[in-house]
Amino acid sequence: MAIVHDVMPPFQLFQPSSADEALDLLDARPDTWVLAGGMDSFDWLKDRTKRTSAVVDLSGIDALRGIREVDGGLEIGAMTTLVDVAEHAAVNARFKMLAEAAGLVASPQIRNQGTIGGNVSQDARCWYYRRGWSCYRAGGSTCYADTPTAVNREHAILGADRCVAVSPSDTAPALVALDAQMVLRRRGSERVVDAADFFLGPDIDITRLTVREPGELLTAIRVPATFAGARHYFEKVRDRQVWDFPLVNVAAAFKESGGTIQEARVVVGAVAAKPLRLRTVEAQLAGKPATEDTAKAAGELAIAGAQALRFNAYKIPLMRNLVRRAVRGGPLAATT
Amino acid sequence: MSHDDAHRLHDVPASVSRRNFIKGVIAGGAGVSTAAYLFRSGTLVSGQARTGAVERLITLTVNGQTRRVDVAPQETLANTLRYKLGLTGTKLGCDRAECGACTVLVDDVPRYSCSVLTHSVRTKKVQTIEGLADPDGTLHPVQAGVVLEQGFQCAFCMSGFIMATVGYLKKHPSPTREELAHGVSGNLCRCQDYDKILTALHRGSELARGVTRG
Repeated sequence: MAIVHDVMPPFQLFQPSSADEALDLLDARPDTWVLAGGMDSFDWLKDRTKRTSAVVDLSGIDALRGIREVDGGLEIGAMTTLVDVAEHAAVNARFKMLAEAAGLVASPQIRNQGTIGGNVSQDARCWYYRRGWSCYRAGGSTCYADTPTAVNREHAILGADRCVAVSPSDTAPALVALDAQMVLRRRGSERVVDAADFFLGPDIDITRLTVREPGELLTAIRVPATFAGARHYFEKVRDRQVWDFPLVNVAAAFKESGGTIQEARVVVGAVAAKPLRLRTVEAQLAGKPATEDTAKAAGELAIAGAQALRFNAYKIPLMRNLVRRAVRGGPLAATT
Repeated sequence: MSHDDAHRLHDVPASVSRRNFIKGVIAGGAGVSTAAYLFRSGTLVSGQARTGAVERLITLTVNGQTRRVDVAPQETLANTLRYKLGLTGTKLGCDRAECGACTVLVDDVPRYSCSVLTHSVRTKKVQTIEGLADPDGTLHPVQAGVVLEQGFQCAFCMSGFIMATVGYLKKHPSPTREELAHGVSGNLCRCQDYDKILTALHRGSELARGVTRG
């Protein structure tokens, strides 16, 4: 992207101090841009790829920040920064994979400002899309990343449907693996959506990555006690050990007894437009000993149906190996 | 440039550094025209003002000083610091939260000032590289470490690295070299001078703890 050393185009800025005020504003003007940490938003606005006439800045709403105990699980305010999630004692003690996922996002400065709500709500990183090409995701009728000459090293190997962009989030696969729930509020009502249903593939809606509607706010994320204390695994593979988005990441939880896996959650990110929960793999793992043979079989099953584009064939063995490593457990390789 | 400005150029005494001269000009008339260029669309916004939207004239706390400043709603902290307050020690590299050159402390936490709306730090304390040294000119230990180890080549990235380090040390006062590398991993150096930078910043962390070497 050509770098424009200029300020963003003008917009009106609203800085409410309560969620209700923000929801009133969104109700009156549903097209208002919702600003959390801004780490995704500012790129769009500075590049003029997306424009807005009004922004609601949530950073002054204290009630949306912080981590609370709820029924043995945790409720994480959507505006809680990634560093606060990564360093929180209860998250580390009970939901280690989420702490690790948050701690592996981008860079220290971004984790100091970026929020967990923003991390799961951020838009796709497909560079054709972000550059403003009128692709399917931008409302057009072509995918520029899926042509014979396209440069698509970071793109999807599973679940592609016209659009081949992938989910860029590190915390999203962890939240899906933990059976988390997303609290979505609009003026006068609230709905709670399973994390697995919060994210959308292009087959459902090609222009957005989550079910959040205009006028709605993601206010909190609830992580139930279900997998507290189970064996957790998170690993992220990226080009550089800082800043970069995942090439592939894996989040997994295993309830085990006497060396046998009783229940498993295996979720892979950056291979499809949403974090991909591998239900067939989970079903196969249940009741199996946590051995090398089991790990190998899980890896093979994970990549069933995977299809490479021109430059991303490496993602298939990468995904297979990450699922294997998750089942195998042990120390992480790709931490910084 | 007006006749007066041109005249002033010739009057610059040899002892005035280029940097101080530029800062002086920014604080004076040329600054107004620079800002008018950068924020040329500002009048449009105030023309549409609606109830509840932010006021442009705000008060910031920067390096312990209270500064009144006219800030557009879409303005980033880096732009305010550099072009409104003349604090040009904060550098703009990528302007996309990737390089770290613009790192400043907001309530003691390192943030990319290119990606912070100035209006969102109204109630917070901002510290830039200009606010590190004591009023008597005594350098901050991290600055002293950089001087002692000659830590930077071109040093465009330096103020960002130093601010990131100062912020990191507030939470982790005794880092190993490896931990500090992680702590400043949000900053890039295009000269690829990382080894020397890290040596200098780590020396700074030792100086901050009063560790002396023979």
